[in-house]
Amino acid sequence: MSNLTDLTVAGIRDGFRKGDFSAREVAEAFNAAVAAGKPLNAFLVETPEHALAAADEADRGRASAEFRPLSGVPLGIKDLFCTAGYQTTAASHILEGFVPTYESTITAKLFGAGAGMLGKLNLDQFAMGSSNETSYYGNVISPWRRKDGGNAALAPGGSSGGSSAAVAARMAPGATGTDTGGSIRQPAAFTGISGIKPTYGRCSRWGVVAFASSLDQAGPMARDVRDCAILLEAMSGFDPKDSTSLDLPVPQWEAGLSADLRGKKVGIPKEYRVEGMPPEIEALWQQGIAWARDAGAEIVEVSLPHTRYALPTYYIIAPAEASSNLARYDGVRYGERELPDHANLQEMYAATRAAGFGPEVKRRILIGTYVLSAGFYDAYYTKAQKVRALIARDFEQAFQQCDVLLTPTAPSAAFALGEKSADPLAMYLNDVFTVPASLAGLPAMSVPAGLDAQGLPLGLQIIGKPLDEQGVLNAGLAIEQRAGFNARAEKWW
Amino acid sequence: MSVDATTVRKIASLARIAVSDTEVDAMVPELNNILGWIEQLGEVDTDGVAPLAAVIPNHLRLRDDVVTDGNIRDQILKNAPQAEHGFFAVPKVIE
Amino acid sequence: MTESTYRIQGATGEWEVVIGLEVHAQITSNAKLFSGASTRFGAEPNANVSLVDAAMPGMLPVPNRECIRQAVRTGMAIDAQINKWSRFDRKNYFYADLPQGYQISQLYHPLVGEGTISIEPEEGQAKTIGIERIHVEQDAGKLMHDQHPTRSYIDLNRSGVALMEIVSRPDMRSPAEAGAYLRKLRAILRYVGSCDGNMEEGSMRADVNVSVRKPGDPFGTRTETKNVNSVRFVMAAIEHEANRQVDLIESGGTVVRETRLFDPDKGVTRSMRSKEDAHDYRYFPDPDLLPLELDDAFLAECRASLPELPDAKRARYEGPLGLTPYAAGVLTADVETARWFEALLAETARVQGKPEADVAKAASNWLISDLFGALNRLGKDITDSPVSPAQGGQLLGLVADGTLSGSLAKQVFEIMLETGDDPAKIVEERGLKQTTDTGAIDAVIADVLAANADKVAEYRGGKDKLFGFFVGQTMKAMAGKGNPGVVNERLKAALDN
Ligand SMILES: [Mg+2]
Ligand SMILES: [Zn+2]
Repeated sequence: MSNLTDLTVAGIRDGFRKGDFSAREVAEAFNAAVAAGKPLNAFLVETPEHALAAADEADRGRASAEFRPLSGVPLGIKDLFCTAGYQTTAASHILEGFVPTYESTITAKLFGAGAGMLGKLNLDQFAMGSSNETSYYGNVISPWRRKDGGNAALAPGGSSGGSSAAVAARMAPGATGTDTGGSIRQPAAFTGISGIKPTYGRCSRWGVVAFASSLDQAGPMARDVRDCAILLEAMSGFDPKDSTSLDLPVPQWEAGLSADLRGKKVGIPKEYRVEGMPPEIEALWQQGIAWARDAGAEIVEVSLPHTRYALPTYYIIAPAEASSNLARYDGVRYGERELPDHANLQEMYAATRAAGFGPEVKRRILIGTYVLSAGFYDAYYTKAQKVRALIARDFEQAFQQCDVLLTPTAPSAAFALGEKSADPLAMYLNDVFTVPASLAGLPAMSVPAGLDAQGLPLGLQIIGKPLDEQGVLNAGLAIEQRAGFNARAEKWW
Repeated sequence: MSVDATTVRKIASLARIAVSDTEVDAMVPELNNILGWIEQLGEVDTDGVAPLAAVIPNHLRLRDDVVTDGNIRDQILKNAPQAEHGFFAVPKVIE
Repeated sequence: MTESTYRIQGATGEWEVVIGLEVHAQITSNAKLFSGASTRFGAEPNANVSLVDAAMPGMLPVPNRECIRQAVRTGMAIDAQINKWSRFDRKNYFYADLPQGYQISQLYHPLVGEGTISIEPEEGQAKTIGIERIHVEQDAGKLMHDQHPTRSYIDLNRSGVALMEIVSRPDMRSPAEAGAYLRKLRAILRYVGSCDGNMEEGSMRADVNVSVRKPGDPFGTRTETKNVNSVRFVMAAIEHEANRQVDLIESGGTVVRETRLFDPDKGVTRSMRSKEDAHDYRYFPDPDLLPLELDDAFLAECRASLPELPDAKRARYEGPLGLTPYAAGVLTADVETARWFEALLAETARVQGKPEADVAKAASNWLISDLFGALNRLGKDITDSPVSPAQGGQLLGLVADGTLSGSLAKQVFEIMLETGDDPAKIVEERGLKQTTDTGAIDAVIADVLAANADKVAEYRGGKDKLFGFFVGQTMKAMAGKGNPGVVNERLKAALDN
C-alpha cells in the first residue's frame, strides 16, 4: 500500500475488510503522521496506544470475520469530549490536569463501533473562537499556505481547528468536532474538508464540555461526504442521559447517499448576499448554484429576512448560556485552583477563574453575565430568544418553497493568525453564514468547492430541514462530485 | 446602554473573575463595542412573538425514580485540588 | 379574611405583624431530582453523589418523574392550579455547596400556581392562607466548618435532592397563625406522602418573611429569616423579628430588606454577613432542559392517587361518624393517627357486625383516652404502638359483647401493652372474663346480704343509698368479674324481695 494516510474512512474500512492491510498498519501510519505533525500543534494529547489497542482488537476480530462499522479506523477527538483516563481540558488552563473517569456518549459510541483514538485535538478555549487562537496551549497552524510565498501561518478556523488541521494534514482520516455557531463548518471550509452539524438533538451532549447548551451539537469532520455520513451514523442516536436528545432511530445515511437532485428544490437565500462579500465567494456561490442545477435540482430564490440579526442574537444567547455553564469551573472539585495567601472562598473563586480562563472566555462570560443581570434580562436575553424564534420561522417558511438551502460557508478564505484577533467583532463576523442554522437547530454541512486566488480552500454550505441530514448529505455529494476538489495542502511541516 | 468601569467591575465580581484596573480599562471599550452592536436587535419588531423555548420540537422526558448512580466517591474526588476524609476541602467559610 | 387581634404594643401604639412563609419541603423519592443517586439520609460523605451532582464537565440533568408527580399531587391537595406547561430556570450564584454554580429551580413558570390552606390557630380565628405557588428545585450540598481549623469541608450527598418550595401569601398575622399554618402544611404533605415532614433531618425548613405596620397601613419593609427548622423556632423568630422592627422604627430607624439568620440558642435573629455582595441571580431558562409539559393522563393519575385529605376527613368524622369536633380534630391532625383510627374503626365494626358509625364514638374515646394516655406514658408514637388497631378492635368487641366490663377492659389493656398478646388470649389465660352466670352471682349476693344483715335492714327501711354499697361488696367478692348489669339486676331482686 502506497500511503495509508491518504485513505478516507470508507477506504480504510473497506480495505481493512478486504484484507488489503491490517488495522495495526493503519494505526501505526497515522500515529507516525501525528508525531510528525507537531509543528501544526493540532494535538494536545497524543494517544497512540489507544489507536493501537483498538487496531489490535479489530485485527483479532477480522480473524473471526467480526467487523464493526468503524473497525480499523483511527480518529482524532476534539478535546471538548471527555475521555476516560485521558486529560480533557477544552484547551483551557482551568481544566489543566483534569482526567475524566467517564467517557462521553459520542466517544463511547465511536469506540464501541471499533474506532481508536489518535489523540485529543486542540481547539479554541471552551470552543469560543473562529480561528483556534484562543487555546491556552497555543494556536493550531493550518497546513495550508497562501500562494504568495509569504508563508504566513494561517488559521485553520475554529473552534474545531485542531480537528480541521488534523484531517486536512492527513494526520487523521476523520475527527469529531462540535458546532455551536459554525465551529465544524467554518474550519472545514478553511481547510478544504467536509463537516456536518446534524439536527440539534441527534448527537448526545453527555460528556461534552458545554459551551452554549441550546446550540452545541457534535458532528464529524472528514475528507468527503461519504465519510461524514459514516461517522455521523456512528455518533448519532438517542441518549437517555441528555434531556434534549431526540428519541428517533438513526437513518442509514451512507446507504441513502445519492447525488441525484432531480425533483429537489435548492433555495438561495437572498439575504446571504452580504455587503462587502469578496467576489470570489460570490463566484463560488454561483458555481455551486450551477452544479446544483446540473445535478437536476430546481433553483428557487428564498428570503430569510432576519438573517442580519442572527449574529447579534447569537452573541447574546451563547455568552448568556456560557456564563452559567462555566460557573462550575471554580477550583473546588477539579482543575486548577488559585489560592492567594489569606484568600477566602469567594476570593479563591475569583483568582482561580481569573488565572484559568483566557481573555475571549472572560469576555464572553462578562457579556453573558451582563445580559442576564437584573434589569437587562428582558431587553437582551428575552429579546434575543424572540428574534431567534423569528429566525427559526424564516427557515420554516423558506422550507415550504425548497428542500435545502445553498450558501457560502464563510465570508472569506482562511486568514492569517493574528490578523483578526485584536478585533472581536471582526472575528465574530466570520460566522455570519453559519450562525443562523445553529440558532434554528438545523442540519448543515460544509463541503470544499474551490480555491481562492491565493490557492486557499473555500466551502459551500448546505442547510436542511430539521432531521433531513440525508437531504443535506445528498446535496453535498452532488456539489462534491461536480467540484472535484482534490487540492491538498503541500506538506511543509 | 453602555458600561463604565464600575459596571465592568460589578459584572466581573458577579462572575467571580478577578480583574485588574488595566484589564478593566481595556474591557470597557471592548464590551461597549460588542453591546452597541448587539443592540441592533432593538430594531426588530417582536410584538406578540413568544421567545423560542425548544430549538427542535421535542418533549421533556422524565426518568423513573430508581437509584442507578452514586457510591463512586473515589471518582467524585479523584480530580479534586484538595480532598480530605471523603470531603472536598476549601478555605474556611464564615457564614 | 378574618382579622387577627394579635398586636405588638409599641411606644407609639399598636403594631400589626405581617408574615409570609416560604417552606422548602424535601420531596419523598428514592433518587435525586436530576440524577440517579440515592436520597437516603445519613450516608457516608459524598457517597450519594453522581457525576451530575458533582457538576463534572459535560454532565446533564434528566428529571425524575416521581418528583414532578409528588409536587403535582401536593398542588392538587391544596386546590391549586396545576400548570401543564412549566419550565426550569437556573438561579446563578457562587457558593461552595452549589457545584454547578447555579441551582435549577423554577422562577418564571412554576409547576403549581395559586392554592389555599385553611388553618385553626390555637389562639385566634380559623382562616384561609393563600398559597402563591409551589415550584420544584434542587437542594444544595452541605458545608462543615468545625472539622478543621482553616478549612471547610463539602459533602454533596444532599446536592440535587428534590425540594418543593411552597410560597404562601403574606396572609398570616401572628406567630400562632404561622405555627398553625406550618402544622397544617406538614399534615397535608404527610397525608399526600410527598414529604415526610421530618424537620430534624431537614426535610422541611422555612424562610420567614416578616414586616410590621400600623393596622390599616400599607405593608412595611420585610426581612427574610432563612432556614428556620422547627415550628417553635419559626414562632420565636417572628416574635423576635417583629419586636425588633417595631423598636427600630420607633427609635427613628428604618427596616432594611435583608436576609437574616435565627439563632435558636439566643432566640434572636441577626443579619447575615452579606455573602452575596449583590443578589443578582441572573435567572434564565435552563438550556439543558426542555419545557415540562404534562398530559391529562398524568394529571388524572395524580388526582386519582390522592388520599382523603385532613379537612375532608374531619368533616366526615364530624358528620357521618358523629364524632365531636374535638375528637375529629385530634384524630385527623396527623395522617398516622387517622390511619390508625380508621384501621381500629374497621376492625371494631367488623368484630361487632355493626356499621362504623355505630361504633365510632367508642373507638374514638378509647383511642383518645386509653391508647393516647398509654402511649404518652410510654413515650411512644402511634406508629410504634405495642397494641395494633386489630387488637384494639378486639378489645372493644369484648366490652361490647359483655365479656369485659370497663374496669376489666382496662386491666386487659395494660396486659396487652406489656405482652403484645391478643385480648381474647389474655382473658382466657387469666380468667378475666366477666360473669353473667346468675346462679353464681346470686350465691355471692346471698353471702353479702347475710354478712351485712344490719345494712340490709337499713336499706329495706328506706335507706336507698346503700344499694351502691351492696354493688361494691358484690363486685369486690367477685374480684371485679361480675357483669355490672346482671349484678345490679340480681341485687335489686334480692333486696326488694
Ligand atoms: Mg426563599
Ligand atoms: Zn428555594
